[in-house]
Formats: sequence, C-alpha cells, structure tokens
Amino acid sequence: MSLFEAQGISVRFGGIRAVDDVSFEVRKGEVFSIIGPNGAGKTTIFNLISRIYNSTDGKLIFDGQDITKTPPNQVAGVGIARTFQNIELFPNATLLENLLIGRHRHSSVGLLSQLAFLPSTRRAEIQHREKAEDVIAFLGLQRYRDALIANLPYGVRKVVELGRALCIEPKLLLLDEPSSGLNVEETEGMGFWIDDIKKDLGITVIMVEHDMALVNQVSDRVMALNYGKVIAMGTPREVQTHPEVIKAYLGGDLEDAA
Amino acid sequence: MRYLFRTEYRQDTSLARHGGDFFWYGLLLVAMIVIPMLMGEFYVGELGGVFIFAIAGVGLMLLVGYTGLISLGHAAFLGIGAYVNSVLLAKGVPFVITLPVAGLFTAACGAAIGLPTLRMSGLYLAIATLAFGSIVGTVFQKWTSVTGGFDGFPVPTPTILGFGLDGATGIYYVSLVVLIFVLWVTANILRSPMGRAMVAIRDSEVSAQSMGINLARYKALAFALSAGMTGLAGALFAHYVRFLAPDAFDVLLSVQFVTIVFVGGLGSLHGAIFGAIFVRLLPQFIAIVRDDLPFGIGRLPGLEPSLFGLVLVLVILFQPGGINGLWLKLKHWFTAYPFKRQTSSRRQKSYAKSERLR
Amino acid sequence: MEDAARLLQLVVNGAAAGCIYGLIALGFVLIYKATEMVNFAQGDIMMLGGFVAYSLIAHYGLNYWVGALLAIAITAAFGFALDAVILRRVIGQPQFAVVMLTLGLGFIFRAGAGIGWGYDSVGFNTPFTNKTATIGQLVLGQDNLSIIVGTVLLCGVLYVFFSKTRLGVAMQASSQNQLAAYYMGIPVRTVFSLIWAISAGVAAVAGILLSPVSMIDVNMGFLGIKAFAAAVIGGFGSIPGSLVGGVVVGIVEQLAGYYLPAGFQEVTSNVVLLAMLILRPQGLFAELSGKRV
Repeated sequence: MSLFEAQGISVRFGGIRAVDDVSFEVRKGEVFSIIGPNGAGKTTIFNLISRIYNSTDGKLIFDGQDITKTPPNQVAGVGIARTFQNIELFPNATLLENLLIGRHRHSSVGLLSQLAFLPSTRRAEIQHREKAEDVIAFLGLQRYRDALIANLPYGVRKVVELGRALCIEPKLLLLDEPSSGLNVEETEGMGFWIDDIKKDLGITVIMVEHDMALVNQVSDRVMALNYGKVIAMGTPREVQTHPEVIKAYLGGDLEDAA
Repeated sequence: MRYLFRTEYRQDTSLARHGGDFFWYGLLLVAMIVIPMLMGEFYVGELGGVFIFAIAGVGLMLLVGYTGLISLGHAAFLGIGAYVNSVLLAKGVPFVITLPVAGLFTAACGAAIGLPTLRMSGLYLAIATLAFGSIVGTVFQKWTSVTGGFDGFPVPTPTILGFGLDGATGIYYVSLVVLIFVLWVTANILRSPMGRAMVAIRDSEVSAQSMGINLARYKALAFALSAGMTGLAGALFAHYVRFLAPDAFDVLLSVQFVTIVFVGGLGSLHGAIFGAIFVRLLPQFIAIVRDDLPFGIGRLPGLEPSLFGLVLVLVILFQPGGINGLWLKLKHWFTAYPFKRQTSSRRQKSYAKSERLR
Repeated sequence: MEDAARLLQLVVNGAAAGCIYGLIALGFVLIYKATEMVNFAQGDIMMLGGFVAYSLIAHYGLNYWVGALLAIAITAAFGFALDAVILRRVIGQPQFAVVMLTLGLGFIFRAGAGIGWGYDSVGFNTPFTNKTATIGQLVLGQDNLSIIVGTVLLCGVLYVFFSKTRLGVAMQASSQNQLAAYYMGIPVRTVFSLIWAISAGVAAVAGILLSPVSMIDVNMGFLGIKAFAAAVIGGFGSIPGSLVGGVVVGIVEQLAGYYLPAGFQEVTSNVVLLAMLILRPQGLFAELSGKRV
C-alpha cells in the first residue's frame, strides 16, 4: 500500500535539469533511501516534496491527496516532517522551545485566548509539554532540555532536529543526510533511532544518505539517482550491485574497474 | 545560586519562575505606586515619560527582538496613536474609549504596513519602514484640517470616571497601568504558540515554514501587535506633551525607539525597560551637566543626537547584549564569586549569516 | 511650445538632482555588493566631502579644481579609515546591527560637522555658479549641466577602473566570492577598505557637484534617504541601475512638484520607493532567488 507517490516530477535551474522526470512510490511503514553522487538531485527532491520548490511537471500524491500545489507552510499540516542537511534549528531558543515549535501544527487556541493566557491556552500548553517530554525521553535528551541550541554540540543538534520533526507527529518523515557530521558511534545510534521510529512509532521514512553502512542497516528499499534521473531501484543489495550505480560512483564500466 | 526543581508542567507555563520573583516585582510595583506621593511634579512627569517610552519599547522589542523584523518607522505609529486619541477627545469621546481605539487603530495601520512588506527582510524592511515613517510625518504636516499642521494641536485634558487628569500624576498612573498591561500581554504572547512562532521566524524562516508556521500571518501579527502597543504609548504621549507638533514624530524619534531596543538588549523585556530608562534619562543627564562641561561642549546643539549615536555605536561594537546583557553578567559574577571563569562572559563568535541570494 | 520648454527644463533639473541621488546610491551599491552592509551614513559622508571642499576652496583659497580633487582624496581616505577601524569589526553580525551602527555613525558625523563648521549653510564659488547655457530657446543653468556631465564622466572613469585595472578586477572578484578571492591571493580586507574609500570619494564628488545648486549644511545628508529609492529601483546590486534609478526619482520628483499640489513633492521619492519594494522588490534590473537549504 503506498503512502507517498511522486509521478514524473521535474525541476530545472537555469539550463540544468536538477530533477528530471522522477517517479517513485513509498509504501506505508518502510524506510526508503535515496542515494547518488553529489549533485544528483537528492536534496532537490526533498525541497520539491516540502514545496520549497515548484515542480514543473508531474504530481505529488500523499495519503491519497494531491499535494502538488499545497503551500509550503501546510505541508507539515498534512503530516510530512523534514530535517535539513545543514541543520536548521532555532539557535537562540532552548531545546524544549524548539520541540514546542514543532508542535505548532497541533495548536488551535484562539488569538485572544493566547494574548490573555486563558485556561484553555494553559491546558493546551501543558499537553504540548507532555508530548515534547515524550520525545525528549524517546531520544534521551533530558540533560539538554533547557540548553540553548547555540550551545549544543553538533551531534546533539542533529538529534534535536530529529526530535523536532517527531513533535510534528508526522506520517511521513524526510531525513536529509541524518549521518552527515556525525562520528561512527553517533551514526550507529542514529540508525537505531530510525529503526525505532519505523517500528515503534510506525512512521514512514524517506532518507537521503551517503553512508552506505547506514543505508544497509535501516533501508527496506533504495533508489539511486544520477544527474537528476533514476538509475536503479530495489533492495539495498540489488541497487549497490547494479552496474549503472557502480558506474555512477566510479565513473567507468565494471569491466574497466576490474 | 538557586536551583529550580520542576515538579509540574504548570510551573513551566507560569510567569514568575519562583517566589523570589513575586517578592521583587511586588516591591518594585509598590515603590512605583508610592513615588508620586514622595517626589515633586517634575520627577513624576519624567518617570511617566519613561513609562510611555517603555510601552513603545516593549512593542518594538516584540518586533525587533523576538520576530527579527526591524522598523525605522515606529515614530509614525506613535504619532498615529497620539493624533487619533487627541482628535477623538476633542470631538467629545471619553478617554476610556479613545485610548483603546487609538491602540486598535494603530494596530490596524501596523497590519496594513506589515502585509505588503512581508517578503522583505533586514535591509529592505529598514528602508521601507523608514520611507513609511517619513510619508506619515509629511501627512501630519500637510493634513491641516485634522492635525492643525504646524500650528499644532492642543490636547484636551482627559477624564476618567469624572476625575480630570490634568497634572503629571494622573498620566503617571495611567501610564503605569498601561505599561503593566502591555508587559503582561507580551509575556503571554511569549509563552504561547504565537510567541514561539515569532521566535522561529527570527531564527530560521525556512525551518519555521516547514514546521507549519504561516510566515505572512505571524509577521503581520507581530507588526500589528507592535504598532498597537506603540499606538497606546502615543495616546499617552499626547497627554505627556500636551501639544502635538507634527514634526515631533520624525526619523530621529524612530531611531530613539530602536536605540531603546538595542541599548537595552535584544530579545529581553527587561532590556526594553532598561533601554527606555536610558533613552529618557540621557537628555536629563546632559541638561544637568551641560554647564559644567569644559570648552562649551555642553552648549553644542548636536550634543544629544551625537551622544545617542556614540552610545549606539559602542553598544553594537562592544556589548551586543545591551544593558540587559551587562546586568546578567554582573549577576553571574556576584552569584558565582569567587569562581569566575574567564570564558563565562566571553561572547561566542557569530558567523556571517549571509542574506545574499546565491 | 512654452509648455514643452518648461517640461524640458523640469526634466533637466530633475535629471541633475537625480544624478546626485544616483551617485549616493552608487556608494550604497558598491559597499553592499562587496560586504553586504548598507551604509546609512552615506549621505553624511557626502556632507563631510562638501564641507572639506568648502574649507579648502573658500577658506584656504585653493583653486576650485585642486581643492575639489584634494577634498575627494581626503574623504576617500576617511572612508578607508572608517572601514579599517570600525566597520570591519561587525562583518557577520545581523544586518540590522549594521544598519543601526551606520545610523549612529551618521549622527556622530553630523555633530562633528556642526562642531567643526557650524550649523549655518555655507557655499563656495565654482566655475558654474550662476551661469547659464543657451541651447536654442532653452536656457539651462550650467550648475545643473555640470552635475550631469560630471556624473557621466565619473561613471566612465569607474567603468574603466572596474573592467580594465588589476585592482578593479580584484574588487569585482572579492565582491562575488570572498573566499575564492582570498585563496587567489587577493588581500580581501584591504580591498574592502578600498571599496569604502571609493564610495566615500564618490559621495564627496556628489557633495561638490551639488554645492553650486544648493548650499552645504549639516543636514544635507538626509538626501541619502531619497537615494535609497534610486538604489532600490536599480535592484540594489546594479551600478548603472542605481544611476538610472536616481535619474528616474529626480525627474518624477520635479514633475510631481510642478503638476501636483504642495506637499506631494516631498513624499514622491518615498512613495516610489515603497511602491517599488512592494510591487517589484528585485528592482528593474536584477533577478531574485531564494535561500538555499
């Protein structure tokens, strides 16, 4: 059963086709990884899904709903959360505040109630805090709860960004290079979390990743891109042994390499 | 040092962090209530002026310090509030109505300027609000049938429940009440989803958007709230000066407001108050020492604006946290004494956050 | 016929005023392109340049041309020092900190000029003061013509400098990519200070060209606000754009002053500016793209 579907999406910058007629389908409950050399168009696909860029062609279908024209600030509302390659947290707010901002789509208290901080606002705030604390406990971030993001080490920020995305309570989670900037241990930890997110929270994950160990550890299926085009799709093993993929990474034929 | 143990979520959402806060703020409030009974008319009037600027300062702090949008046109909002209030009073509308109407009308003006400028940031917004301010200033001068133009506009004496507020003391108390109200509303904003959305926009627009925050909505809201508070300050300012001259609301005044925010300390409500005290008291201080300065420096006409300029320059170069940052450092030094660490007050290097479009 | 002549007269006057706006705007743009800072004190630097020229020519009795060149050099040196001592420190701080810093510097310059030269308007004799040129039926002030000719000449010099000299090319390179320029061995910080020097020099030229038309006084720096309109019309990144923008603002302002009721002339440039920012924030000449994530 498919949760998300891209049908022939494309975008071009200047004369370059960054994403060229890409189609894929993500099944409910799986971890779907996108791999490819630098500049293959992986992050661009994320920017298309989260509607920062407009697709020139094709369609995006999420949960039976056409989101091709959804404004970017409503993408979270339909249940898609994302992280960023270079971390886009709110550096001058505390960790807890960052997670609470992730709860934004669930806040429905009226303007006047917020201005006067009526009991309805207080009740909602307490609920948001309970949910945020769940995420803090899930990711083991207790000791950093009140620290400013600007004062946290890079590895921790990466986890916080994951936590903020979880606070959205998404059905689909887009992870843009979750392991970049992390050391080997931290990367392995990230792998376990992604596994937990899939199994315990039942969230479907699309991941852009360079680290093949992590891709093998968590992915159900893998799509390989090069020059904005899909060159292979299948299980991690199938894709990694695909001649086109090897050619894309090594820049020659299999025979030449051997 | 004090450690906070949190046992309830309720604690997190309350305004005071601990009992000590209640005590000190309560003491401050009592002192403010008693002061007019102990001090002369002049000092009460000046302190009232500080309150009025603090109200506008809190409004601007919400916009600049928490939402990250700059405005060099807030003098225009002060002027709009002042004229709406005074013109309505002159038509016989009671003060208890003109004051909120001045605030609401100015808020509407704020939303009106906020909406079209949504796509702008930093520099462009500074320029746009500067232009807006000077257009409004010209309107005050030329729309003589309403504002009286350069002849000025005498502000009627307000009455509340039959009491005429003709002295400095009456305006002092009204300003104090409005300041407390504005602080309360702003603190509420900051502990609700709305305030967090503004902070998110300040720190990263792309990310705020992907959290489901409607940038246009919250930027316009921040503008409206900020302008509304400044409008309230304007209504009170009219009674503080008692005679409205159209050229009082110029760029210089806008720069003074932004000075409140910067010198006080960005991103802190305490900072807005500290800044207002500084901006109001500097001219008084100059007036006192004017005759004692050597070489006739004190009698130079450009002394006051240039001192504002100098302080602004020094704060941005050497103390970006403003007075509030200085206060926090001092507090830290005393509570941690003698265990002061060399690094504890060292600033973190901030790297260029380029707004250049690549 | 009279109407046409009148119109032409207005256009020439407007173009002259517009050249001044354009020159100030050019200073904004040069600095903005290189360092992403906007110098809100640019108008005040023009004022300082005008006063220095006044001192040299009217007070010390130098020849107009010698005095003007010297004044430009002194103002440029001042611009260099300003960057090297103060503005270099705030690179990388949020943009509005820089806005406030340069606003504060503007106040200080104004007060400094008030202390040094007083608060009265002053002027000095130029070869163009109170002279007219007659072209057919048209009588034009040489002062206005000198502004236009001076601006065109200055632009020619700047164009040659930026495209033909080593230093000019180095400046362009540093503006486009600081890091790459640095790796290529260009002393980027010195280059930035030199760019400040050039834009201060251009501001001084504006002050000197303006002096036969209007007197020099402490508050003439407020013209800088009108120059923002010029820069924005040009897209805040284009040097020819800012000059065209300046001329547009100048002419529109003159026409508004003649054809619209009193009071409209003063707001024209601001209205143009706001309309431009709202309707076409990328300017007439530049393209806009979003931040990369």
